[in-house]
Amino acid sequence: MRLLETQRLKKYFGDTHAVDEVDFSVTQGEVLALIGANGAGKTTLVNVVSGLLPPDGGKIHFQGIDVTHQSIHQRIEAGIARSFQLVNLFDQLTCLDNIALPIFSREKKTRRLMALADKDRAVREEAMEVLQQFGLAPKAAMVAGGLAQGERKLLDVAVAYALRPRLLFLDEPTSGVSTREKAPIMDIITSIVRSGKITAVVIEHDMDVVFTYSDRIVVMHEGKILADGSPDEIRRNEQVTTTLLGTTVAP
Amino acid sequence: MTRNLRYLIPIALLLVILPYALPPYQTILFSYGLIFAIAALGFNLLLGYTGLLSFGHSAYFGVGAYAPAFLVKYFGAGSMELFLLAGIFFTAVVSAVFGFICVRYTRIFFAILALALSQVLWSLALKLFWLTNGTDGLRVPTPTLLGGLASDVLGSAETKLDFLSHRYYYYVLAVFFLCVAVMWVIVNSPFGKALQAIRDNETRAEFVGVQVRRYRWIAFLVSGVFTGLAGSLWVVLNGLVTPDILYWTFSGEIVFLTVLGGFRTFAGPILGAVVFNFLKAYAVGFTVYWQFLLGAVLVVIVLSMPTGILGTANTIWLRLRRAA
Amino acid sequence: MTAFVQCLGFTLSSADILTAQILNSLFYASILFLIASGLTLVYGVMRIVNLAHGNLFALGAYVTGWALGHAVGWVSGPLLFALLLAGAIAVAAVGAVLEPTLLRPLYKRAEEYQLLITFGLLLVLEDMMHWLWGPHPLTSGALPDLVGSATIFGATYPNYNILVIAVGFAAAVGLWAFVYKTRFGVILRATSQNMRMASALGVNVKRVYVQAFTIGCFMAGLGGAVIMPISGAVLGMGIEALILAFVVVVVGGLGSLEGALIGAIIVGLVRTLGIMCFPEIELAVLYLIAAVVLLVRPEGLFGRA
Repeated sequence: MRLLETQRLKKYFGDTHAVDEVDFSVTQGEVLALIGANGAGKTTLVNVVSGLLPPDGGKIHFQGIDVTHQSIHQRIEAGIARSFQLVNLFDQLTCLDNIALPIFSREKKTRRLMALADKDRAVREEAMEVLQQFGLAPKAAMVAGGLAQGERKLLDVAVAYALRPRLLFLDEPTSGVSTREKAPIMDIITSIVRSGKITAVVIEHDMDVVFTYSDRIVVMHEGKILADGSPDEIRRNEQVTTTLLGTTVAP
Repeated sequence: MTRNLRYLIPIALLLVILPYALPPYQTILFSYGLIFAIAALGFNLLLGYTGLLSFGHSAYFGVGAYAPAFLVKYFGAGSMELFLLAGIFFTAVVSAVFGFICVRYTRIFFAILALALSQVLWSLALKLFWLTNGTDGLRVPTPTLLGGLASDVLGSAETKLDFLSHRYYYYVLAVFFLCVAVMWVIVNSPFGKALQAIRDNETRAEFVGVQVRRYRWIAFLVSGVFTGLAGSLWVVLNGLVTPDILYWTFSGEIVFLTVLGGFRTFAGPILGAVVFNFLKAYAVGFTVYWQFLLGAVLVVIVLSMPTGILGTANTIWLRLRRAA
Repeated sequence: MTAFVQCLGFTLSSADILTAQILNSLFYASILFLIASGLTLVYGVMRIVNLAHGNLFALGAYVTGWALGHAVGWVSGPLLFALLLAGAIAVAAVGAVLEPTLLRPLYKRAEEYQLLITFGLLLVLEDMMHWLWGPHPLTSGALPDLVGSATIFGATYPNYNILVIAVGFAAAVGLWAFVYKTRFGVILRATSQNMRMASALGVNVKRVYVQAFTIGCFMAGLGGAVIMPISGAVLGMGIEALILAFVVVVVGGLGSLEGALIGAIIVGLVRTLGIMCFPEIELAVLYLIAAVVLLVRPEGLFGRA
């Protein structure tokens, strides 16, 4: 089943066609890798689909419903969530509160002015559970601004995950961390995503990571989709290898 | 919370016995401090918790002060509870409208827009003589408290000074405790967490489903109502309201005392309000150039202790403990 | 409303009243431009809203008033006009000291702190003037008396006011030429557009900032100097002027010089009309205009987004 589908989606910045009439789709249950060189339009595509940027043309359907002109809030309610390439956290709040907030939001409890957040045991327990899953439980009481880079990347994903979305966009979840840390982080993320039956779109640069963890790969180049297929198909695709992978993957 | 009670109970007790320990003038001065503390609590919901600096909070304090004055002028009302209700109602209306406009912006534009709107009210209060008596202002006589239930043992022998330094002090103190409790719950509620999330990272807050503009608007509304409530308490203490209280430099004083105490903590603005009030009262008594003193203090604070009295005390305390 | 229409009709029907009112508007506009151009220049280059700017304007008035008061009697005639510059230069000198000492440490901090420190400065300056020159206004009518008045379209109008209009106009042209036609202007604009880039290209940003702030203070001081012979130097004039200058720059666009000029003319017109036809709500109307412009066009009528 198609969870998300875009039709001729466009986003231009002046003369730059960051997303150029893209037909992109995500199938229920898969972990899809979105790859391409810097400036290929991956992040812009995610920004438009998640509602951060308005499109210049085209349509976005989520679960069969046209969400092209919906607000960020409506898209989140529909089940689209995202993380950020440059970590976006609530730096002065504790890790626990960083996770509790999306849970409150999901349960429509953020409108409560006259109830103590810490007294909501159900939310606290769920937040602790999420932290546990991401291996961040020992840091629960620490402010997010005080975490190490790798932990911050994980927490950023955890904040989006705590919304329990149907579709989760992860924008370079391992960027800015050392090569040694990459695999453990991806292990944690993919196991959570798969066990939670969440459909995920991962933007990634590291080809080892891409081929190891994804079911399907979409390659973008200069605002267009260059190739779309299973990891094996992409590995054999000469066009992709020459434009993109030539230098990063050993023959 | 239990850890906090260790400090809270002695402080509360001290406040309760205060009128018996201090001369009436000092007690009244303390009432002013508590009232400004309520205003600052409201103001800091925006600055400290939502990340919005309003340079127009004199508007809400002023509306809160003028509302009882109008009740007296047009209806001859004399009930404190009615005063407070009117103050809350009118500041809620005004801050809902002004807030709706202001929250479209952040940072400097928010500050200037809030300021411009407050100046509209000031100029109207100044010029609409038939309504406000212009610079002569409106008088507010001593009201009945709790519908006469809280009358004094002195009966008719009670002077204005007795009233203000005793019964009214306790009335203000009770409202103050209530406001502190309510605000404490608000900043620790899921809503309060959402505001802090907006302060820390607006974009991400939007992406966890917080409707940033709407939440800012509600915060603005709550903030305005707290400040307005303080204005209603103040006008009885002061006995007179003039357009000065709506002028933007008074907004500046609210900003000042909040930063003085420390806007990153819950209690900072309260401490700042009380300290500022004493500082100002003594500076005014000590020299005609009190603005110079206050200005110099502000410059020093901004340059050398941006976390305010409470923040700096905290840092020093931590350092001492680490050294020991 | 009918009263307003009648008042407007009355003004338009008579050539001498109309002339006088238009000149009045231009006079206001000229003073407002002098204040607002400095405020907007400083914001444009340094991204600082200087709440003490109005008090620097007042300082210009006080220095000029003090200088004129001492000079009348033994300096005569046109030389007195040179004293107007003294006020402006004194304020510029104060600005050259203030920027490196008070503002420079704050550029890396949140802009709330910048607003706060200039608010502190406002309080300090207000009382300094009080201390130096006392609680009573300084007045000197020597200059307007010296130049008399002229009759234009049947309206008798003081020549000094016309001179002020000319000064405002000259300042606008001069500032425009300075910013758009000189080498320093290029550096200034580059710094305002991208401070880091300018710095990387070898611009001494520290020097540009102190220069920009000094020029801004000079304009404010000049505004204070030229209005002093008419309205005197009074405590509180700076705080009032600041708010009007805010209205001007908000209407025209914060950071835009052209905007400051257009904004000053609009505010000058509305004030003149307001004083004649709707005195009760004149100020309220001005602030509302500012609020509405902020609402529908936050970058101002002429600002860059």
